[in-house]
Parts: sequence; C-alpha cells; structure tokens
Amino acid sequence: MRTAYIIRRVLALIPTLLLIYTITFFLMHSTPGGPWDTGEKPIPADVQERLKAAYGLDKPLWQQYGEFLGKAVQGDLGPSYTQRSRTVVQILSETFPVSLQLAAVATAMAVLVGVPLGILGAVRHNKPLDYFATFVSVFGISTPAYVVTSLLVLVLASKLRWLPTSGWDGIRSPKIIIPALSLALYPMAVLARYTRSSMLEVLRTDYLRTARAKGIAEKGVIVRHALRNALLPVITIAGIVLADIATGSFFVETIYQVPGVGRYFVQSISGRDYPVILGTVLLLGLVVSVMNLIVDLLYPLLDPRIGRR
Amino acid sequence: MSIISADATAFQDGPGSVTTLSQVRRSRGLWADALRRLLRSPLATISGVLLILLILAALFAPLIAPYDYTFQDYAALTQPPSSAHLLGTDDLGRDILSRLLFGARISLSVGFVVQAVILLIGVPAGLVAAHFGGKIDTFIMRTVDALYSVPSLLFIIVIMTFLRAALASPSNGFMEGLSALDAQTGGLIGVFIGVGLVNWMPAARLVRGQAVSLKEKEYVEAARSLGANDRRIMLQHLLPNVVPIIVVTATIGIPQAIIYEAGISFLGLGARPPTPSWGLMISEAIPNLRSYPYMLVSPALALSFTVLAFNFLGDGLRDAVDPWMGK
Repeated sequence: MRTAYIIRRVLALIPTLLLIYTITFFLMHSTPGGPWDTGEKPIPADVQERLKAAYGLDKPLWQQYGEFLGKAVQGDLGPSYTQRSRTVVQILSETFPVSLQLAAVATAMAVLVGVPLGILGAVRHNKPLDYFATFVSVFGISTPAYVVTSLLVLVLASKLRWLPTSGWDGIRSPKIIIPALSLALYPMAVLARYTRSSMLEVLRTDYLRTARAKGIAEKGVIVRHALRNALLPVITIAGIVLADIATGSFFVETIYQVPGVGRYFVQSISGRDYPVILGTVLLLGLVVSVMNLIVDLLYPLLDPRIGRR
Repeated sequence: MSIISADATAFQDGPGSVTTLSQVRRSRGLWADALRRLLRSPLATISGVLLILLILAALFAPLIAPYDYTFQDYAALTQPPSSAHLLGTDDLGRDILSRLLFGARISLSVGFVVQAVILLIGVPAGLVAAHFGGKIDTFIMRTVDALYSVPSLLFIIVIMTFLRAALASPSNGFMEGLSALDAQTGGLIGVFIGVGLVNWMPAARLVRGQAVSLKEKEYVEAARSLGANDRRIMLQHLLPNVVPIIVVTATIGIPQAIIYEAGISFLGLGARPPTPSWGLMISEAIPNLRSYPYMLVSPALALSFTVLAFNFLGDGLRDAVDPWMGK
C-alpha cells in the first residue's frame, strides 16, 4: 500500500509540471515582440523571418508546444536566444550549482539560527529573550530580501568594510556571507515563528507534565521530550522555505552579482530570452515540487500517528 | 454598508448558535465585539493607528508633500537630509520625503486593489467548489493545488513579462483601453492584474474549507427545503458567514501584495519611472549605495514599517475574529 501511495504521489507531479509548462509556454509565445526587436537598430524583416525559421518559431504553435515538450523530457531545452553559442541546459548547468551552494548555506543558516531562536522564545515565554526572538522574526518576515541585501552591503561592506561589496568565489570565500544571510533571514524568521508556536503547544501537553513530575531535569524535558514532537510540524514548511530561497535569489544574486540561476533569470527577462525563462521556470518548479513531495513522504515516517491513519 | 447587512445576516444564520435576546443585547454584533478585542492588543492598536496616519498622508500627499514627486532641483542633486529636504534628494534632485509620501499611495492602492482582485476570483471559486462539490470541486481544487506548487513570485514574473509586452502593443480595443489606463497609472494596472492572478488560491482554499462545513448546517438545509436555489444559498447563506475569514485573509494579504509590488518594480516589471514606488526607489538607490546611502534608508524603512504594521494588524484581527471562525 505504501509503495502504491508513493507511486501515485510521484505520478501526480506530472500534471503539475505539465500545467506549469503549458501556462508558461503559451504566455511566452503569445507575448508580443521578441529578443530581436529590442535592439537599437531594427533588424530587417527578412532577417527576422529567417531567424524565426532557424529557431522553429514559424511552425504552428501546437507543434512547437509538442516538440519543445518532447525535447525537454529528454533534457534538451533548446538554444538561448541571446547567447547564441550556448544552449539553455549548458547555461543552467553552469549557474544552477552556484545557486545550489548559496541556497544550501542559506538553508543551514536559517535552520541553525531559526530553530534555536524559536525554542528559546517558547521556553522563555513572555520574557525578554522571547520578545527578542519575536522581534527578529517579525523583522525578518517584514523585510524583503532585496532590502536586506542592500542594507547588509551598506553596513557590512561600505561602512565597516568587513566584507566585499559584491561577487562570488565559491562556498569557502567570505563573499558568500552577505548573499547567504540575505536569503536566510526570511526563512529563519518563519522557522523561528513556527518552532516557537509548535513548542509552546507541546510544552502544555500532559505527557510533558508527566515527564516533569517524574523529576526529569528541565533541560532533559525540553531536549528529549518536547523538542522531537515540536519539530515535526516545522518540517511541513520546508517547501515554503525552499520556494522563498529560490525566488529570493533573483534579487540577492542580482544585487550581489552572484552568477547563479536567479541573476541569469532576471537578465533573461530584460533580454526577452524566452527559452531561458521557460527552462528556469520548469527547473525551479520541478525542484520545489520534488522538495514538497519528499517532505510529504517523509512526514508519515517521522510521525507514526499519521502513517496509521 | 455591505458589511453591516452581512453582519445582520450572520447573526440570524450564525453557525449553530442559539441566539437569545439577552445575548443580543450583551454583544454588540460581530464587528463591534471584534473591534473591542482588537483594541485590547496594544501592538495591533498602534499598528492600526499608524496605518490610518499613513492612509491620511497618502490621501493628502499633494497638500503635505513639500515638493512635487517629479520636481527635479538641478541645484540640489543628491543632497543629504537638511531643513530644505528633510530626507535629502535623490540623484535626479527629487525630494525623497515627497516621493515617499506619494509612494504611500502606490503601496496602499496595490495592497487594497490586489486584495479586491484576489477576492473577486478566490471567493467565487471557493464558494462554487464547496457548494457544488463533485467534479466541479475536484477540478477547481486540483487547479488550486497545481498553482500552489509554483513559487508565486516566479509566476508573477512570468505573467508580468507577458503583461508588460502585451500592454505595450495592444492587440484589440479592450487591451488598448487597459494599456491607456496602465500608462496613466504609471504601470499599476499591470501590477494589480499580475499579482492578483497569482495569489487568489489561498483565498479560494480558505473559503471552500469554511463553506464546506457551513453547508452541512441545518439552516442551509432549511433554506434548501424552502426552495432556495444555488445562487441564493451561496450568496445569502454561505457568503455572509465567510465574511470574517475573508476580512482577516485580506488584511494578512495586504503586506504580501505590497512586497510583491516593490519586488517586481525593483526588477523593472512593475511601476514605471517616475512613479514613486518604494520598490523603484530602492532599486534606484542601489547603484548609489556607496556614495548616497540615505537614498536607500528611507524607502527601505518605509516599506518595512508598513509591512510590519499590516502584519501586526492582521495578526490582531485574526485573534479578534477567531471565536467566530468556527474552528
């Protein structure tokens, strides 16, 4: 039964991705104008016709729809319009690892700060530490990533000169601190908020009172009894957290000039490079859907109460 | 006005409540009670007051603002804050305080109008799904689920890319009208449509969830047995009872919409210069960050504080209305 469920859930990814593809494809193809009429000098009509033929844009729309889909399934997203020598897959395979590393560091920061902050807030409920934790999470939720990045650049790089103002040098370079912190702040805030309210709920349960009544030290009660149950619901928001890191990267990578998918996506919007836009949307849609799926499948394993239902 | 009548109906039809005369006298109706509870939360009250001030500032911006938001003083480019320009001037010599005040109009109208768009799509979708059930329900909710799995901002960007190009070269009469309106509002019509189209799903889901449990109530059955048709049941009996949850959802959605507007304007897909959108002001400040940091600080703080206030107000409102949310 479990394998049947897993197969059904994996198959359910297909209509979702198809919907994303269909909407994006038709929106991009019904967008008037293209990469060739944005230049300073207008390209002659006959050259435009030949360019269209070369990229297969003169075929009927449904045929383009099917052909692109057929190739995309085989891992071919076609050529980029603006960088003629490179394919979309080549571009994505260069930029995606950069974004992935940045996202990994940001996720680690968010979890390592957000979760303890939420726990401390709950344990010290309505004490100064709780107010501090709440303040941090409210600030994080209310401040968009591009504001955080620019403020961090302003303070840490321009004024204090502790860190460089932009660039990317891999995961070990201090250049990663500002972009990763900018991406981490919102998920950190959401995690802290969720952990705090989940923890508060668990702290009020009967079995915790029993644990305390047995004479277990408060630290043991928190770590061994409360934490495990409190962290379960927190896992469900992993998808939201990841989606936000993905979209936050558009701004953060652009401002900090990190050569990742986000910055490239923003550039391809202004260059009207539709194959790149389509490819990026599909890639990010896939990543987020798969992450959500993994969380959904893991959850019953971690919480036996759900598996039994 | 519609809220008052909805309130009255909610009371008659209130889910499973036996309303005695004494109860009616003691509680002064759903919204009066909610307001009383709201005022007990200091954060929500302060936020509410701040937001009322902000709305007033936005309404009377032409009277309060020391300069016009497009006025360029070439003798005073990139001035730090002074008595002539309280928050300084930007790289084109425009008074930042004036632009902030006019910018409040942009952010607030985006916040409110986007909610209207969301409710116009989400509420009917949720009501129809809940009321008819079966295949219609499955179809609507599957669409909602699928759209949910795409990061909203990604979708907004794709739609805005399309809308920007489509509005730039309108293909028919309707689009021409829309395009003219968009140009007049400095690109805001596109923002309303784009952000609204992508964010109606949570509202649909919430309304459906509420309506599904409501439609099992006796009073709906009674209405049906009295011969009320689908339309009447949805509009007269289900809708008034989901109004509280709609108000809360809309309030919580406002800061989100404001952030989206600033974000897409930042990317060059939203409001067009010289519209004083806060997001646009932030993006114009970034190239000048090192030399003229104050260009960034005031729009960034304005944006954060407004979003913060709406978040607090939304949280407070949710707690205040909670007893009626039928959990």
